[in-house]
Amino acid sequence: MTLDKLKMGRTAVVTGVRNQSTERRRLYDLGITPGTPIENVMPSPLGDPIAYRVRSAVIALRREQAQLIDVEE
Amino acid sequence: MSAHAETLNQCGSCASSCHHTAQLTKLGLKIRNWDYTVALAGNPNTGKSTIFNQLTGLHQHVGNWAGKTVTRAEGAFTLNGKKYKLVDLPGTYSLLSTSVDEEIARDFVLFGQPDVTVIVADATRLERNLNLVLQVLEITDRAVVALNLIDEAERNNLTVDERALARDLGVPVVPMAARRGAGVKELLNAIEMVASGQFSARPHRIKYADERLETAVETLAEQLRVEFDNLPNARWVALRLLEGDENIINAIETRTLGKVKEAGAFPSLVESEAR
Amino acid sequence: MTNNSTAILDAAARFRREMGDNLHDKLTEAIYADAGQIAARAVSSGEQSNGVNFGQFFDRLVTSRWFGFPLMILLLTVVFWLTIAGANIPSAMLGELLQGTVYNLLHDFASSLNAPWWLSGFLIDGVYLATAWVVSVMLPPMAIFFPLFTLLEDLGYLPRVAFNLDRLFKRAGAHGKQALTMMMGYGCNAAGVVSTRIIDSPRERLIAIITNNFAICNGRWGTLILIGAIFIGSTAPPALASLIAATSVVAIAILGVIFTLLVSAFLSKTWLKGEASSFSLELPPYRPPQIWQTLYKSIVDRTLIVLKRAVLMAAPAGAVIWLMSNVNIGEASVAAHLVSFLNPFGLLLGLNGVILVAYIVAIPANEIVVPTILMLTLNMAKSGLAQTGVMSGIDDDLQIRQVLTEMGGWTLLTGVNLMLFSLLHNPCSTTIWTIWQETKSLKWTTVATLLPVVLGIAVCFLTASVARLTGLI
Ligand SMILES: Nc1nc2c(ncn2[C@@H]2O[C@H](COP(=O)(O)OP(=O)(O)OP(=O)(O)O)[C@@H](O)[C@H]2O)c(=O)[nH]1
Ligand SMILES: [Mg+2]
Repeated sequence: MTLDKLKMGRTAVVTGVRNQSTERRRLYDLGITPGTPIENVMPSPLGDPIAYRVRSAVIALRREQAQLIDVEE
Repeated sequence: MSAHAETLNQCGSCASSCHHTAQLTKLGLKIRNWDYTVALAGNPNTGKSTIFNQLTGLHQHVGNWAGKTVTRAEGAFTLNGKKYKLVDLPGTYSLLSTSVDEEIARDFVLFGQPDVTVIVADATRLERNLNLVLQVLEITDRAVVALNLIDEAERNNLTVDERALARDLGVPVVPMAARRGAGVKELLNAIEMVASGQFSARPHRIKYADERLETAVETLAEQLRVEFDNLPNARWVALRLLEGDENIINAIETRTLGKVKEAGAFPSLVESEAR
Repeated sequence: MTNNSTAILDAAARFRREMGDNLHDKLTEAIYADAGQIAARAVSSGEQSNGVNFGQFFDRLVTSRWFGFPLMILLLTVVFWLTIAGANIPSAMLGELLQGTVYNLLHDFASSLNAPWWLSGFLIDGVYLATAWVVSVMLPPMAIFFPLFTLLEDLGYLPRVAFNLDRLFKRAGAHGKQALTMMMGYGCNAAGVVSTRIIDSPRERLIAIITNNFAICNGRWGTLILIGAIFIGSTAPPALASLIAATSVVAIAILGVIFTLLVSAFLSKTWLKGEASSFSLELPPYRPPQIWQTLYKSIVDRTLIVLKRAVLMAAPAGAVIWLMSNVNIGEASVAAHLVSFLNPFGLLLGLNGVILVAYIVAIPANEIVVPTILMLTLNMAKSGLAQTGVMSGIDDDLQIRQVLTEMGGWTLLTGVNLMLFSLLHNPCSTTIWTIWQETKSLKWTTVATLLPVVLGIAVCFLTASVARLTGLI
């Protein structure tokens, strides 16, 4: 499944990032690499973006980006 | 509490008097005829500007969010008779940057030829911060890791063994709580050792599985050094070329590779639009 | 491109084909693998303390579906309420001292020296008085507002605001970090414009630059707080006056956000077409601020710096105003000519000639709008007569209100429209210069300069027309 489907409070493991462009690099730089646990911490009041905890930092991503990230619970 | 917490507290209490024993003079903006250039690099929001202010007596803006500093700021101090120029850089997650502020940081670390690069790391997010630390250690052995926000780590019940870290990284690691001045003296000490060459670093280098890589990197690096007269960090540039980094390819085509812009200057929007 | 660099690029492409495309991924993964091992060896965590949970609890609250937005508005209101309620008395005291005691002393001193009227007038009624006004009107609110704002910033609240607002920015086709640059703009628009460098897409960066002016800057908070207090707060019973005044200032700030979103949406549908690009925003952990240090720093670093700029601008502006009011062309002074020339247009907008002249004089710095208005209003009312003693009487809000209503003919509409115009007018000259520096584009600098004024004129005309049609004035 993709990261945007992960429920609040749940943790999953990143299996891959789909995009090939700078977008992917950006996510890698933030520590979102295959094998990394990632937790859905909370949504913003309007539902998008969502804040995720990854490598002990909390990072907000918009839905379009979360859709690029494959995860496994 | 851990052992280093105690040493820190001692240091916190002598933060002001330490400056006298280490003979630090904050020179603010009086930057002239310096002996060494010291760059402050690191992830966003790790306390770089706080450290900059502590050492120079200047008032860079600090704030609890990523991206507070977006330009290169310079200041100076003297330490035991030597004059240092200190450069505060915007925060960046890696040396492969995409926005203007990150580019300013990257260009200075890579091509500004600092004598010492202080990499400020957040002790509460060490793993993520090490990504940049390791990238910088790939390109220089004249580095010091400032392990900042130790007080925050303690508040969250985290202990960081800075000796183990120093051993693994091969460069000095200084635990700090910069906001209250703790660790400043030790940082100055480390900067001095590295600047004067008294400390010989054996920095951690990443081992890549692929052997063809080494040949490719060296071949390209050599060509780059010839073409861009003695380009510093040609190996890093070569690696980026092998990855197909468009930014770098562009810089080679336009022959702007390795040119560091003046403090305060940056590519204007129109230029970056054209890219 | 030289042959050699072509050769280098060709060689690189060849190696790249040999080794495959995903080299970057492999390198990054190798780095993170090492980072993970090193961190695991160095870091050990004890029991999780309450602090962590508190931060998370707080985060869930300030970003929650139901409380996120109301809390934002509440917090802002409290900040302004404290500012307005707290600044009242010190402002009056400073006014009494600077415009009363010191002012009279200076005049006594001048007459003991037998200084010619034009010299003492120019120096005392012009340069000194404008400066004194700026200090007494601006200093107390700034000395309360900045530390409060800095405390919120140090705590880590600002990125949460950006997080909450992002959905709206996305819909407007703008970058999520634009909200952060807006926060910087609340301090100073020039700084806000520079801070747009954190946005990597040029299209979205331009949008952020053009709309930064809708974030109310240091120079404008003072005007809004004062006018909000004397025209809006005063309509409420005394106990509620500060709160109502604060609410009116918050309403203007929110209107600023709405304009930011509307103009961003407009730009991204027209001249700066494009989809919102991705963004990532780190939410830093809450860090307890150091209260005393923050107070000290925000007063020394911010309040005094802003005040210095205001004084530097006020002194020459005072001189200009005095000269304009005392140099005659024909029957009337230069100022009177200008004011009566602009007055019809001003009235059409629910403002007046004095206000428009003040906004021209204040292009270098918004801080001096109110002092300029007051000096011009008094000079117009008393034109021809000596000024001595006139200003010294005005040292609190009530008297300022009296001067404006009785001598300037202001109504509630004038007050409201001045607040609107304060939000919607051209950036100050420093900001315009900075926009030019950042964009190096005459076209976009012009757009960023003129667009807000055009909007301001339109909005003020609209409110004035509605007020007229409904017979409110
Ligand atoms: N508790 C604690 N807070 C600190 C310490 N050092 C810095 N801070 C706070 O951390 C925040 C970030 O500090 P800055 O100095 O602005 O960080 P920076 O690395 O320059 O950030 P960017 O310019 O955005 O990259 C500020 O709120 C500081 O007050 C420290 O040692 N302990
Ligand atoms: Mg900084």
